[in-house]
Amino acid sequence: MARTIIPFGPQHPVFPEPLHLKLVLEDEIVKEVVPALGFVHRGLERLVEIRDFHQMIQICERVCGICSTVHAQCYCQGIEELMGVEVPDRAKFLRVIWGEISRIQSHLLWLGLFADAFGFESLFMQCWRIRERIMDINEATGGNRVIVSVNVIGGVRRDLDPDMTRWTLTQLDLVEKEVRQLEKVLLDDYTVRKRTVGKGVLTRDQALELGAAGPTLRGSGVAQDMRQLGYAAYGELSYEPVTAGDGDAYSRNRVRFLETYQAVELVREAISKLPSGEINVKVKGKPEGEVVTRVEQPRGEVMYYIKGNGSKNLDRLRIRTPTFANIPPLLSMLPGMELADVPVITLSIDPCISCTER
Amino acid sequence: MDYLKVFITKSRIKSPWLLHFDCGSCNGCDIEVLACLTPVYDIERFGIINVGNPKHADLFLVTGTVNHRNKKVLANLVAQMPDPKVVVALGSCGLTGGVFREAYNVIGGVDKVVPVDVYVPGCPPKPEAIIDGVVTGLEKFARKKDDRP
Repeated sequence: MARTIIPFGPQHPVFPEPLHLKLVLEDEIVKEVVPALGFVHRGLERLVEIRDFHQMIQICERVCGICSTVHAQCYCQGIEELMGVEVPDRAKFLRVIWGEISRIQSHLLWLGLFADAFGFESLFMQCWRIRERIMDINEATGGNRVIVSVNVIGGVRRDLDPDMTRWTLTQLDLVEKEVRQLEKVLLDDYTVRKRTVGKGVLTRDQALELGAAGPTLRGSGVAQDMRQLGYAAYGELSYEPVTAGDGDAYSRNRVRFLETYQAVELVREAISKLPSGEINVKVKGKPEGEVVTRVEQPRGEVMYYIKGNGSKNLDRLRIRTPTFANIPPLLSMLPGMELADVPVITLSIDPCISCTER
Repeated sequence: MDYLKVFITKSRIKSPWLLHFDCGSCNGCDIEVLACLTPVYDIERFGIINVGNPKHADLFLVTGTVNHRNKKVLANLVAQMPDPKVVVALGSCGLTGGVFREAYNVIGGVDKVVPVDVYVPGCPPKPEAIIDGVVTGLEKFARKKDDRP
């Protein structure tokens, strides 16, 4: 058959977000992929001209609703570095706790959507049922289910009292127990393996050359993670990146699944080592100079470039998000695959379009 | 034929089908819409099913700000839905543009492009509020029924 172009998106039941791919097909085989972006572009980087640098935290939290805690943490870290603010130890540990809770939430969300992409709807429901426990933790500790606005410049806004940490730990025990019940299905089930093993292979060399980030990179066997930099309190916690070697959709699934356990462990360790003291310090002055900060989002490395000019408005804010880095690897994964595998492979990089387009 | 009409109108209120479109939101509202469909909130017990095709849908949930690129997609989706239809705008961004209202690529709320029946405020609205918005939309179905000849 002659070449056919099939539009995939922007409104598609597999994606919660508008991503548009033009798939050039020969029979059922994908030959070429042309992405079309810009459906979610808001232009929030230029809001620095209107909002002052404290108000920008609220904007940064709304770059992406799923990983809002990590975005705000990255922005605050950058401004603190510019202004020479020393964050109290307790605040650093609290940031790790909320960051890892949001990672568990994001990974469970993704595992559900991934199961839905290959038509395993009951697994999707199970993952989201477990995820509601994490939403309860968010609501009890931060006051909101999705956008947990805890980070401020100089520390965190809210504290965890001993009752709350004890309750959080019991909830996390339940989450871990329930996730363990899914392990057999997500990693060993015949149908799941049939739909994911060998699909969308990204070799180690390709991943490095195309600049993949996060679980997409670690699924190709590269042990690289921004948490190794030891920002916030990660330097004092025992942390080793999870990797898997094959570089296919199954490996990326495996990495994210095992990272859920790891995040639960990190929260437990952070709570056990939680030092006492202040949770934030007063910040005086205005940011001046330029700085680059990097933290690990659930989807990979996020980079903020901040340039201040000594006034309350910043000169420039530039955000580079992991999905932006993962689109070139996605375009090299798709050619040669069947049309029916396109949803599975596209979701396997965990696309977050509102991050990418901002 | 009147019996058939009565049957369809009644079924529409008892089991409306839902279409969801992310029109430039930050995902916060979208994951709450999905949370409504999953076990803890489970709006499927009211007969509401999430569909991917606008031609099957009665209810349209829109989240997020409208920009110059996606306004055509939004108008197209609403035009493809059969009458009577209810459009529910979710979240601060869907109502007015929210924190992004001053950004250069944002036109404003959903009602700048398509007529909206129900507004659900919140950033993001809780699943309870979304369900409440949907139920309010269903009351409009009942009213719309009387308006028609």
